[in-house]
Amino acid sequence: MSDISRGKSGGVSRRSVLKAGAASGLVLATPTIFSSKAHAAGFRNDPGAAKSVTFGFNVPQTGAYADEGADELRAYKLAVKHINGEGDGGMLNTMKPLSLKGNGVLGKKVEYVTGDTQTKSDAARASAKRMIEKDGALMITGGSSSGVAVAVQGLCQEMGTIFMAGLTHSNDTTGKDKKRYGFRHFFNAYMSGAALGPVLEKEYGKERRAYHLTADYTWGWTQEESIKNTTEALGWQTVNTVRTPVGAGDFSQYITPVLNSGADVLILNHYGKDMINSLTQAVQFGLRDKQVNGKQFEIVVPLFSRLMAQGAGPNIKGILGTTNWNWSLTDAGSQAFVKSFGAEYGFPPSMAAHTCYVQALLYANACEMAGTFNPIPVIKALEGFKFDGMGNGATEYRASDHQCFKSVLVVRGNENPTSQFDLLDVVQEVPRSQVEYDPAIFGGELGPYEVAM
Amino acid sequence: MDAIVIQILNGLDKGGAYALIALGLTLAFGTLGIVNFAHGALFMMGAFCAVTVQKLLTISARVRDMSVTFFEAYKETPYLELWWGDTGTTIIEYSVPLSILIAIPVMALVGVVMERGLIRFFYKRTHAEQILVTFGLAIVIQEIIRHFFGANPIPQAIPEIVSGSANVGTMLGLSDTLVYPWWRLIYFCFATVVIGGVFAFLQYTTYGMVVRAGMADRDTVGLLGINIQRRFTIVFALAAVVAGLAGVMYTPVLPPDYHMGMDFLVLSFVVVVVGGMGSLPGAVAAGFLLGILQSFASMNEIKQFLPGIDQIIIYLVAVVIILVRPRGLMGRKGVMES
Repeated sequence: MSDISRGKSGGVSRRSVLKAGAASGLVLATPTIFSSKAHAAGFRNDPGAAKSVTFGFNVPQTGAYADEGADELRAYKLAVKHINGEGDGGMLNTMKPLSLKGNGVLGKKVEYVTGDTQTKSDAARASAKRMIEKDGALMITGGSSSGVAVAVQGLCQEMGTIFMAGLTHSNDTTGKDKKRYGFRHFFNAYMSGAALGPVLEKEYGKERRAYHLTADYTWGWTQEESIKNTTEALGWQTVNTVRTPVGAGDFSQYITPVLNSGADVLILNHYGKDMINSLTQAVQFGLRDKQVNGKQFEIVVPLFSRLMAQGAGPNIKGILGTTNWNWSLTDAGSQAFVKSFGAEYGFPPSMAAHTCYVQALLYANACEMAGTFNPIPVIKALEGFKFDGMGNGATEYRASDHQCFKSVLVVRGNENPTSQFDLLDVVQEVPRSQVEYDPAIFGGELGPYEVAM
Repeated sequence: MDAIVIQILNGLDKGGAYALIALGLTLAFGTLGIVNFAHGALFMMGAFCAVTVQKLLTISARVRDMSVTFFEAYKETPYLELWWGDTGTTIIEYSVPLSILIAIPVMALVGVVMERGLIRFFYKRTHAEQILVTFGLAIVIQEIIRHFFGANPIPQAIPEIVSGSANVGTMLGLSDTLVYPWWRLIYFCFATVVIGGVFAFLQYTTYGMVVRAGMADRDTVGLLGINIQRRFTIVFALAAVVAGLAGVMYTPVLPPDYHMGMDFLVLSFVVVVVGGMGSLPGAVAAGFLLGILQSFASMNEIKQFLPGIDQIIIYLVAVVIILVRPRGLMGRKGVMES
């Protein structure tokens, strides 16, 4: 009887043959089982030889910030057009230095998928995850809420996918919650406070009593803190700080206590539809007609945009605030973008649209600079990148916290608009030096370049 | 004093909404014995009657805006304004009051269809089954509205003449700085008139008398040869109209969205329970009472000692009342007691 008949073959048992076969099978199957196309070339969603790459636009299409989300999506679509060499090129004509060639990114056509964050962190994370895992998105961008931005940024760090934040104004986004894979072009609450302070002092004096109504999430908290610090440094007293739920709709129960609080300034740390509703209701309750402590009662909206001004109508007239960008700016970059956006949609872009458009271009340009879509060289290309011609003058992506530094606009609701869009008057363009700060004040760690996938 | 008056006023307009919704709920429960979890959806449908009317009145033409020269800008201009100028603008401004005329027949029809098409099959079922089916219906209605109108709140305009504030202080002989928004005062007055109308209908008409008799003893009324079922169907339609009107008039206060019915439903059930199941005066009294309590709870002087009390006061009061007086403030003996 041969060895084979007993299950042996030259000293090799049938069991060991089976084991070896199974092991080989496992080794051969590993790329398919564990990584599919995602990890095959060392980074997630490597397009390899594909002719196109996919960007993920994750914006609020429903919820309190839906108007901003709609405008962000318009801007992203325009950015994709320009990157792919279609249309008039927009800011590609003014951006310096520019590596993009108007033929997509690294010769690949840019495509996109969209998601609805619903202005909710869990929905935004689920949407971003879907775009990365199912749609093969190389980069995620968007959002109109800092709660969402912080949540999605955390997810992107875990997944090794770059996140180019949209409209997020909380100090935390590039402060205690900053991430290596997250980048913010938009300014933040600290900068709003630093820019607004001197103007508030000049307009309303040093002896004021302020009452804050604050959206109850990360952005509201940090804006309240920053504005409070600024106004108290001016000599103002803070009468009260009250948190309100996002999307409250009826703010009357928060506004009526202001009436007899002894405050002579109401600071609305609200954004989007919340700000439109709270401001409208504050005006309806007669706050702007009141005299308190011998002074005219004033309302301040530290962060506002043209879209909000449009929603609030005449109530916004004369109200001070800050903005990241306004369509009325006359620099070449702003004009190129406004012209392009206006021709496409029939109205000017909002600051949310501007920051999202710029973020899409900056990411695409960084890939071109790095010569790869691999996120690590792309991150390194963005860190410390200095650029101009994109609407805010000379700008730098600070390497230590991934926050863009540029000038900040202090604006006032226009008393005499010349058109339906002429709603904000630029009171002052505050230079970068006045709003810059030490990144250490907010703490946080960027985290590693290499992430386990 | 000003602070107290302002909180009372604030509580009255909120309480007006609670009372109107709770009144409809109690009507349906008292007559048909139905625990209608779709009642919040009726409130929301009323609000969307106003949205629909506004959308119809503002059907617009895209007109080139010559004030913008930098690019080709356009303005959405309603046809009513193009055709009739200021008269058209005024008609659009009055879209919410005009919606009342539309909402009454629409909501009555919705009520009849809902009762005849679904609710009547559940009269003899348990309350748990009624809750399940009406809650399911509420979700269906909610999703239909979401499909056609989207998920975002839709702000409603109010007539210019009542967009400001009334100098309540001067009217009451108090401080002349005490003002309150006109529309909220109108809402309170409107709620009072509707509630008064429903009570008068039930109290002073033969029809109402029969309904009340049916609420007390349905079988005996039936034995007298009166078709009490048909009357109850009409009462259900009346409940739908009351909820709908509450929704229409509330739209300038709270921009309506598809979810607003659910937001009010839970509160309204609490109001009904506090007022006493099946008691119409109880529902109204509890509505106003809880509205005022909620308003006072939002005062800084109170929140200083009890942070967050404004968010839970209604539920806290409900717990206390149910513990101390399980039948509610004016509940009838035997209702929901087995």
